[in-house]
Amino acid sequence: MIFFVAMPMIVGIMNFVVPLQLGTRDVAFPFLNNFSFWMTAAGAGLTMVSLFVGEFGKTGWLAFPPLSGIQGSPGVGVDYYIWSLQIAGVGTLLSGINFMVTIIKNRAPGMTLMKMPIFTWTALCTNILIVAAFPILTVVLAMLSMDRMLDTHFFTNDMGGNMMMYVNLIWIWGHPEVYILILPAFGVFSEVVATFSGKRLFGYTSMVYATIVITVLSYLVWLHHFFTMGAGASVNAFFGITTMIISIPTGAKLFNWLFTMYRGRIRFELPMMWTVSFMVTFTIGGMTGVLLAVPPADFVLHNSLFLVAHFHNVIIGGVLFGMFAAINYWFPKAFGYKLDDYWGKWSFWLWTIGFYAAFMPLYVLGLMGVTRRMNHFDDSSLQIWFVIAAIGALMILGGIVASIIQFVVSYRRRDELRDHTGDIWDGRTLEWSTSSPPPQYNFAFTPVVYDNDSWTDMKKHGYERPRDGFLPIHMPKNTAAGFVLAMLSAACGFGLVWHMWPLVGVSFVALIGGFIIHTFNYNRDYHIPAEDVTRIENERSQQLDRYA
Amino acid sequence: MTTNATEATQNLPSSHFYVREHHPEQGTLLGFWLYLMSDCLLFAGLFATYAVLSNSYAGGPSGADIFDLPLVALNTSFLLLSSITYGFAMLQMQLKRVNGTLLWLAVTGLLGAAFIGLELYEFAHLLSEGYGPQRSAFLTAFFALVGTHGLHVSFGIIWLIVLMVQVKRFGLNAENGRRLMCLSMFWHFLDVVWIGVFTFVYLMGVL
Repeated sequence: MIFFVAMPMIVGIMNFVVPLQLGTRDVAFPFLNNFSFWMTAAGAGLTMVSLFVGEFGKTGWLAFPPLSGIQGSPGVGVDYYIWSLQIAGVGTLLSGINFMVTIIKNRAPGMTLMKMPIFTWTALCTNILIVAAFPILTVVLAMLSMDRMLDTHFFTNDMGGNMMMYVNLIWIWGHPEVYILILPAFGVFSEVVATFSGKRLFGYTSMVYATIVITVLSYLVWLHHFFTMGAGASVNAFFGITTMIISIPTGAKLFNWLFTMYRGRIRFELPMMWTVSFMVTFTIGGMTGVLLAVPPADFVLHNSLFLVAHFHNVIIGGVLFGMFAAINYWFPKAFGYKLDDYWGKWSFWLWTIGFYAAFMPLYVLGLMGVTRRMNHFDDSSLQIWFVIAAIGALMILGGIVASIIQFVVSYRRRDELRDHTGDIWDGRTLEWSTSSPPPQYNFAFTPVVYDNDSWTDMKKHGYERPRDGFLPIHMPKNTAAGFVLAMLSAACGFGLVWHMWPLVGVSFVALIGGFIIHTFNYNRDYHIPAEDVTRIENERSQQLDRYA
Repeated sequence: MTTNATEATQNLPSSHFYVREHHPEQGTLLGFWLYLMSDCLLFAGLFATYAVLSNSYAGGPSGADIFDLPLVALNTSFLLLSSITYGFAMLQMQLKRVNGTLLWLAVTGLLGAAFIGLELYEFAHLLSEGYGPQRSAFLTAFFALVGTHGLHVSFGIIWLIVLMVQVKRFGLNAENGRRLMCLSMFWHFLDVVWIGVFTFVYLMGVL
């Protein structure tokens, strides 16, 4: 769920929204972006292949040795896990670099860093974390695969290996990873809360600094995942305190959102509903997190359902609700029609109530000493809490179904739900200044920015779209190279899983050769002729006139 | 914000809010820097692992038993020299001299190949004595760290050959200049990493 649901969702939304918010036409390296996408798809594809050929890892999301070692897991499951993550990880890392350069170099004229929309700020911090964390995942998975394939001794029980080294390294990646997911969600809530309160975001500067502080701190807390390792009181105290400190910038963010709503003219559209639900839910999850950050308390609650309740509390209440808010908020921009409200509300209420019913009992059960990953627990006095949790899980299922129905119904009612203005929510940032869906060049002319809420600023000063004088627009050409190279990587990964050395050799050589051939292509861009731009922009003008 | 307060209701010409032509800055060199920093973290992971495992001999040899310092010193000088010769290639590139650039690139590549050759000799020697990466956690971490650096240099050599062909064929145009700059950063970066390896693994290993 983290690797192939949450990550692609987050990176996908950044991919769509960030260039639009920056007022630019594309990311800095369009080919690299394409290649990254196909690498992620190839990794996901390899995971899917494991459903039909062989098996997938049964070692949890982080595959700790010795269970994931060759003796603990002699099958191909862990190898599928390793190579799909390695391939997808390359894609993620390259995306991270691409977005950092895009945000640093491609901002619209006038948009200083402190005039950048807050979602783009959180995207920048998330991409810094991606670039800083994913190499560690790459290296630790490479070591695990060497232990499995070449009989080396990084993490083995004998010959001097140290398996806690794996746990440390994977969490040095794993903890920033959860902040990679939550920071853009914070950005989404900030955009939504300002738009639907009809107010400028409260405390923009403190929001930016809070994001940066969280970015830095997220790198200094990994050991709180295993206080019971026995690192000693001083080390545990250090990591306990850094963990608790994270609640300060996060708390600042919550107050900023609250003060943005204060005396605002709030419209309870779906994105705003998800945001309010998030604010309550995430606060509870944050408080149990601070509780778990106290090492002595953690010794009691470690590996219990209390922990399970905590991280679902923040991942569902934070990341997932954030993604629902983002989908409902930007769907009209991406596809040109709004999502259906009725089924959206069903989804919202089932998810919210279902979440509390499913996970609050787990806090109780955890405090009563129920450990995680059990299929059976022999204490009938606790049965009632499990039953409540099961009912909650069923409600969540209802929420999932309602979401799917929401998409289907919206698609069928798309003509009624159509957005002709491009600015369906009375938005504040540049993505709402162009049509829905945006043309492939995003903006016919590059916007100039004077204010944080640049689109609000433009509307206030009576901005009107230019209707003539369009120029040819410089764009990257289509190419299949990214797809071909990613498929070769997948073939190589498949060969490595099954130890098919000829396949590995051939696909690896083809991969390197493919890259080299691609570099001989110097002719990678073209211009959209001015007539085409004029035609597209005229259609938009007519549409606006018709519905004005 | 102050301008907003003063001109709150005043309409501005729409042309105030857009430019007809705008070309973002070229970001390749910054992007490549960021890649190098991520690569640096990859090495950081390997160095950390080596630090943790470097005393786990499991009854096998220690660094002092197996490292041949004069050989490694020779190897180090090959790599450091290749950084200087790469610098000469870049100077020739600045002067737009294709042949001079190619000549120094070739020298750089040969020095790199000599480095890899000596490293392979060292590895083969260790393997023949039975001190392969399977022998102990120390040797596992040693081979992983030094081998990863060697793999990087090998890819650098392949890249260098490809670039020589492209410079020969297409001249020193803007793209090729940019690519040479990227490889230059890559090459010097590997040098810096090697200084870390030489100090941390070899010198401290025989102490």
